[in-house]
Amino acid sequence: MTWLLNNGELIGQLVVAHLLISLPPIILSFVISVPIGWVANRYRWSRGTLLTVLGLLYAIPSLPLFIILPLVLGTGLRDSINLVVALTLYGIALMVRTTADGLASVDPGIRQSATAVGFSERSQFFRVDLPLAGPVLLAGIRVVAVSTISLTTVGAVIGVDSLGALFTDGFQRGIAAEILTGIVLTIIIALSVDGLLVLLGRVLMPWVAVNSGRVARRELRRARGPVTA
Amino acid sequence: MNLFVQGILWVLNPAHYGGVDGIDTRVGQHLLISLGVLVVASIIAIPLGYVIGHTGRGRSLAIGASGAIRALPTLGLLIIIALIVNVGLLAPFIALVVLAIPSILAGAYSGFEAVDRRAIDAARAVGMTEFQIVGRVEIPLGLPLLIGGLRTASLQVIATATLADYVGGGGLGHFIFAGVKTNDYPQMLAGSIIVILLAILSEVLFSSVQRLVIPAGVTAGRPQDVRVKSPRSRTALG
Amino acid sequence: MIEFRGVTKQFPDGTLAVKDFSLVLPSRKTTVLVGSSGSGKTTLLRMINRMVDPSSGYIEIDGEDTSHLEPVALRRRIGYVMQNSGLLPHLKVIDNVATVPVLNGVAKKQARADALHLLDTVGLDRTLADRYPSQLSGGQQQRVGVARGLAADPNILLMDEPFGAVDPIVRAELQTELIRLQRELDKTVVFVTHDIDEAFLLGDQVVILEKGGRIAQVGSPAEILAAPANEFVATFIGADKGKRALSIRNTPTGDILVDSEGRPAGVLVGETDVVAR
Repeated sequence: MTWLLNNGELIGQLVVAHLLISLPPIILSFVISVPIGWVANRYRWSRGTLLTVLGLLYAIPSLPLFIILPLVLGTGLRDSINLVVALTLYGIALMVRTTADGLASVDPGIRQSATAVGFSERSQFFRVDLPLAGPVLLAGIRVVAVSTISLTTVGAVIGVDSLGALFTDGFQRGIAAEILTGIVLTIIIALSVDGLLVLLGRVLMPWVAVNSGRVARRELRRARGPVTA
Repeated sequence: MNLFVQGILWVLNPAHYGGVDGIDTRVGQHLLISLGVLVVASIIAIPLGYVIGHTGRGRSLAIGASGAIRALPTLGLLIIIALIVNVGLLAPFIALVVLAIPSILAGAYSGFEAVDRRAIDAARAVGMTEFQIVGRVEIPLGLPLLIGGLRTASLQVIATATLADYVGGGGLGHFIFAGVKTNDYPQMLAGSIIVILLAILSEVLFSSVQRLVIPAGVTAGRPQDVRVKSPRSRTALG
Repeated sequence: MIEFRGVTKQFPDGTLAVKDFSLVLPSRKTTVLVGSSGSGKTTLLRMINRMVDPSSGYIEIDGEDTSHLEPVALRRRIGYVMQNSGLLPHLKVIDNVATVPVLNGVAKKQARADALHLLDTVGLDRTLADRYPSQLSGGQQQRVGVARGLAADPNILLMDEPFGAVDPIVRAELQTELIRLQRELDKTVVFVTHDIDEAFLLGDQVVILEKGGRIAQVGSPAEILAAPANEFVATFIGADKGKRALSIRNTPTGDILVDSEGRPAGVLVGETDVVAR
């Protein structure tokens, strides 16, 4: 407890660093995945290929990816950009599948009636397909958010600062309180962002508020969890 | 990219084989840790998942716990355990088992849940005991999803076992941490490349097993569905 | 003989599915329980093989109180056929049919040989034996379901809307087939349906159920048609709409039967003592 009180400033800095690394991948992976997921769902040939490639990407463990990316990006090993890019890639790998599944789950009857009443392909996507796939997308992005925030800590072992630095520093100095602080804060951030996403979902999709929990649970079971380290 | 070539050369260099820190030794350790973790996690999670799947009880608890574990940073868990039980293999082992359980658990119970309720009802109606329903209906029909759960768990464990050496637990993390400490980029890359290869190997292995265990009658006679082609979509997760 | 004695079933959620139900189902006859959803007909059926246990009252089979019998053993000597066949998707047709004998300890080879004969009995080609259920049509699946129900050579066959999910043409085929089977095999059949025409076609004894398993009328199809016990039965069998109230009309080309709305429904053949009006 004394450790916590004496190190408020450090903790504050690390929380900010943690958010700066973990929030961009959550947003970016969503924005990038929707068009790719649309392509994957729209064209039969693309689905298998895209999902296989992304599946392989997802199979790459994160710590090795953090180490290889600097070679590709021309960055330094301890540059936090590497983490942002790596976590975005994982997010995309998960979200593209979720988007494709979500779009595929839209009732064909509804889609046909939308075409029949005169939606253009473009407006149908934004006004019919995307909103109806919304609950599935929300479930997917919640998984991405929580695992991204948790994975960010791994960067600490190669010297990228985040709440994970409390683990490595606490380990070297043998301060359990420091490590616990890191764990608790990471979980709090993860659950807060998750809660915000749920709220956002309620605001954007008031019509599913009643049963979104059920859909989300089903999708959570289908989605793949985080690959750590 | 020149560095990348150096990394590959580092892997191929015969001088880096044999002895305590040889690549062969470390790969062996890494695989042993991963296998041991999967076995222990399976012993805990599969029976538990089967009970949840068969009775339908405790499901929301399992989902809640799995979600909580997802948010729990494994590195932090591993280090705090290491601080308590001391450095060595035990701390990473425990942390990895905790990490692996949710996927296997979800694979086990969702495999049971995916079985058509009417088939189970019929099995009961023709006079199968509860044990026979589990053994002859639910386990064979739930196997693909269980293997899917094991596949995810295996990937997570092989990836995360890299952290074991941070607390002196051995495995391929050694090359990464030694490389970071001495600024030896080729060595870091070498460790990374081998871990990636193991992860891909695990994926290939499990995806073939997954295809093999889909009961013949389940795929027979159905028009080829896009989803069936990609075993990944059958993967369960918690 | 199956006998319900003051059977009541209340489910844990409070639904009173069946209240104080008593009925005798004669041996070697087909008894059809017919009613709309919520009439408790499936619950009644499932109480016979103890898939559901009564909250009070009891059921006797040949004078034996079923609550004293071990449910699993009881189920193995009672055939059960359900809607959507309930076949196990991972077993071949032949092994689905052989399920119960194998459970009873019959050698697999013997059980399979017997199963082949049963395929003949239910009118299925033996070449289908090695197929999986998903490779069969709905009608074929139902026939396999019937074969499985017969596999242990039970005295009693329970059928829960077995033909509810197939198209009308196949349904008619299966109904004819069941009538033939019943003539050959002489089982005690308990059949549940919501289709009154099916009930009249198949039943020696028809039981019309109101909500909560209350018996509106029991009797042979002829008795019920001739004298519906009350308004409910009359409505249920369609007598009120005139669908069943046929009359004779003389036309230039001969006498025909018409329903109350004047639509032709059939012709008169053979001797009749009905006086044309």
